Amino acid sequence: MSQALQSKIAAVLSEPGCATNTAKPEAGRKKGCTKQLTPGAAAGGCAFDGAMIALQPITDVAHLVHAPLACWGNGWDNRTAASSGSGLYRIGFTTDLAELDIVMGHGEKKLYRAIREVIEAHHPAAVFVYATCVTALTGDDIGAVCKAAAEAFGTPCIPVDVPGFAGSKNLGNKLGGEALLDHVIGTREPEHTTPYDINIIGDFNLSGELWQVKPLLDRLGIRILGSISGDARYAQVAMAHRARATMLVCSQALINVARKLQERWGIPYFEGSFYGISDTSAALRQICALLVAQGAPGDLAARCEALIAEEEAQVRAALAPFRPRVEGRRVLLYTGGHKSWSVVSALQELGVEVVGTSMRKATQNDRERVTEIMGDDKHMYENMAPREMYAMLKEARADVLLSGGRSQFVALKALVPWVDVNQEKHEAYAGYMGMVDLVRAIDRALNNPMWADLRDPAPWELPLGAGPVLPAISGGCPVTNLAAGGQQMRMPAPRPAEGPAPAMGLASSAADFEDC
Amino acid sequence: MAQLFHPRRALSTNPLKSSAPLGAALAYLGIEGGIPLFHGAQGCTAFAMVHLVRHFKEAIPLQTTAMNEVSTILGGGEQIEEAIDNLRKRAAPRFIGIASTALTETRGEDVAGELRALLARRRDWAGTAVVYAATPDFEGALQDGWTRAVEAILAALVPRSPERDVDLRQVTLLCPSYLAPAEIDELVRMIRAFGLTPLVLPDLSASLDGHLSDDWSGTSLGGTPVARIADAARSACTLAVGEQMRGAAQILEDRAMVPYHVFPSLCGLKPVDAFLRVLMQLSGSQEPPPSIRRDRARLQDAMLDAHFFTGGLRVAIATDPDLMFALAGALASMGAEIVAAVTTSAQGPVVARMPCDTVILGDLGDLEAAARAGAAQILLTSSHGRHAAHALGLPLVRVGFPIFDRLGAQDICRVGYRGTRAFLYEIANAMQAVHHAPRPEDFGATPPPEEFTHVPQPAPC
Repeated sequence: MSQALQSKIAAVLSEPGCATNTAKPEAGRKKGCTKQLTPGAAAGGCAFDGAMIALQPITDVAHLVHAPLACWGNGWDNRTAASSGSGLYRIGFTTDLAELDIVMGHGEKKLYRAIREVIEAHHPAAVFVYATCVTALTGDDIGAVCKAAAEAFGTPCIPVDVPGFAGSKNLGNKLGGEALLDHVIGTREPEHTTPYDINIIGDFNLSGELWQVKPLLDRLGIRILGSISGDARYAQVAMAHRARATMLVCSQALINVARKLQERWGIPYFEGSFYGISDTSAALRQICALLVAQGAPGDLAARCEALIAEEEAQVRAALAPFRPRVEGRRVLLYTGGHKSWSVVSALQELGVEVVGTSMRKATQNDRERVTEIMGDDKHMYENMAPREMYAMLKEARADVLLSGGRSQFVALKALVPWVDVNQEKHEAYAGYMGMVDLVRAIDRALNNPMWADLRDPAPWELPLGAGPVLPAISGGCPVTNLAAGGQQMRMPAPRPAEGPAPAMGLASSAADFEDC
Repeated sequence: MAQLFHPRRALSTNPLKSSAPLGAALAYLGIEGGIPLFHGAQGCTAFAMVHLVRHFKEAIPLQTTAMNEVSTILGGGEQIEEAIDNLRKRAAPRFIGIASTALTETRGEDVAGELRALLARRRDWAGTAVVYAATPDFEGALQDGWTRAVEAILAALVPRSPERDVDLRQVTLLCPSYLAPAEIDELVRMIRAFGLTPLVLPDLSASLDGHLSDDWSGTSLGGTPVARIADAARSACTLAVGEQMRGAAQILEDRAMVPYHVFPSLCGLKPVDAFLRVLMQLSGSQEPPPSIRRDRARLQDAMLDAHFFTGGLRVAIATDPDLMFALAGALASMGAEIVAAVTTSAQGPVVARMPCDTVILGDLGDLEAAARAGAAQILLTSSHGRHAAHALGLPLVRVGFPIFDRLGAQDICRVGYRGTRAFLYEIANAMQAVHHAPRPEDFGATPPPEEFTHVPQPAPC
């Protein structure tokens, strides 16, 4: 690992803006989140993965991964970040290093050629070059290659020096943000600015979630100038330093970017969430308050309140029909990034009982809010082992699990409905309208008649019983003159099979298509 | 639950029905060495034959009595006699199944009476069983013609027996019109897995399964042997698939005291469970074969994976009643909502049991309108539904008859645990194949300002 990268990691790890970190005692704070991953008990992505999550949603950029095939051959094309424009970000570009490239040290040359080829073929707004473990190990200087290529080809080439072994996915998010701070933000000026320009940082427009909120901003006349990085154009990232305020959506991921925007360009930021009704309203209020404080006309706050009142009334009316369908049902929330307490309160308003919520990435502040909403902290979980969760669900201590893809099969195999609320999900649940979609998804999962069918015993789990083997003759019987529905015909009982049927010595027949 | 709704209009747009004689012909093709014979004009036969050929991609030995103007007016008895003579000469069939058409039924011909007289007179026809079913085109649809034909076969070829000489290991499987050859195979496999021997009637799995035969034959290439049909009297039980086979099962009971079970559907976990339960009882085995256990566990897993796509799915379906009931029931049990159901025949009790409010007795024009009104997300109907699918921009899952724009109609299997699993995947995959990238407009959001958009410049390299 290069000296530059090491010092960058140290700086990012002791992030002063991070509430988790500042809550620690002095000594621990210096140490930052340097916790090493546990061999044999680690799950989740690497730093490269994290950087890619944070940066890939920039749509008009070619994301070129400098690595042997494992990093991107296995990793590409698996996210649902939506674009209103270019689809270039979805194309998987990698240098696909072969053994000879590595042994002979051809990595840098191949990278340079790859940059040229991708620019020739796709004319991207910029090329983001990602270092990975192997290329970091062989010492490829992607910074130098990017510099040379940018000069030669007239297209910005951004080195993202985040090899996977640098640390966790979360660290990768932050290092990805650092690459933007070092090479992109502040490199372009907008044609014009307005007092209503904001940055949204940490929303990745998964399945279009940003667009569920954007109509609200549109109505208030607020413009998303900088976006990192949901549905972002490269230019929007480059101009982010000219916004008046920043909303930081996923505080864990890119807090360093928000803080440094404040330090370098004086853009105030706040942490908010668009999940749940109250959080969405609070976020809108804070955006407006910050803009007014920065010099926007004072009527913005009043217009914001009017909008919130209207939208909240609308969403409550839209949610009301679901109440009888979800009331009294027990939800287990097991989520990662976003703060769940606002969703918890919205579900509780509908009579849903939240039997547990995970606090894996939550801050102390979040804990207090959840305790406040749920009465006590006994329903807060840190990490839950899959077996523990399976046992809990199997014992039917929850009716539905809201979580990310990793625990999907824990729920399904325990025959408990599951709703995807993590980044791979295919539905958008942000803003007011997203809350309706989330409740609809919960209703759809909970009330699918399939669950009852699945839980019923198999035909062979019920004893055959002493009833008649053959159905009663429904018509009259010409022999006994018994009328339909009368006394049953006496049939000789069939010889019971001994063991499974194949033991009966099936004669092979021309009509047999396979072994039974 | 559902009400049958008959639109009050004169015009039928894009017909959904295939005719009843065609259904009868299909049933006759499930008898070994058989030839279906339409008692009607040449065109009635030609259209039906082309329809069958397009679906099965096989030569179909469908013949006609070639009624002309004179014979139509004076009576077609001689045409039938001549046709049978010719068929016997040219193809030596063991079975000839006659189906009347609208033409002869409109005239009001007493084919049954004439045939009785003919058969009494023509002793030289021994070795060729001749069966007749009245199937006017103007009444019912493919499913009804099939039902009539199967009933006619049983009534003609299963003798009345005053006492029961039961083979406790044999069951009769009465197949409905919609069972594809692969589906018959699957049911036969399940029955055999319990040590029981099925007598399948009619057996398209041996005639229209699309196999290369060693020799050219002017008759059906396989099917239920004529000599075996009478053995249905000895079965321990009749397993009738689809309500359309209830009448046929009743005939077996009336003639030979064979009790029966009717399975309105064999698609979906619960319907197949019920079938299994009967097989367990008939075989007297509490333990199912391991393969069946595994198939059920696999279906359960498939249901878990597929329910993300079927839950809340708005389905429009149009096909014959029994198939509609089976497929709609399977989807409804997976959380789908049937927003449009169109069927071909008012016969049978299944329409009332459909998991929706209204079933339209109509055509594909009705399907298109109802699917649009109900904001359907997927269509299930025959290949003819491609026009509606195109107009609505919806995926089409081809079910029923005819399927002429895809190969392998005979291999489609949607019954049993395995078939249900395949069906659920089919639906889920059809939905996944719909490419929908969310757009800002979907949420009422404006796109980002133009000034941010990157304008590609030719690179100077």
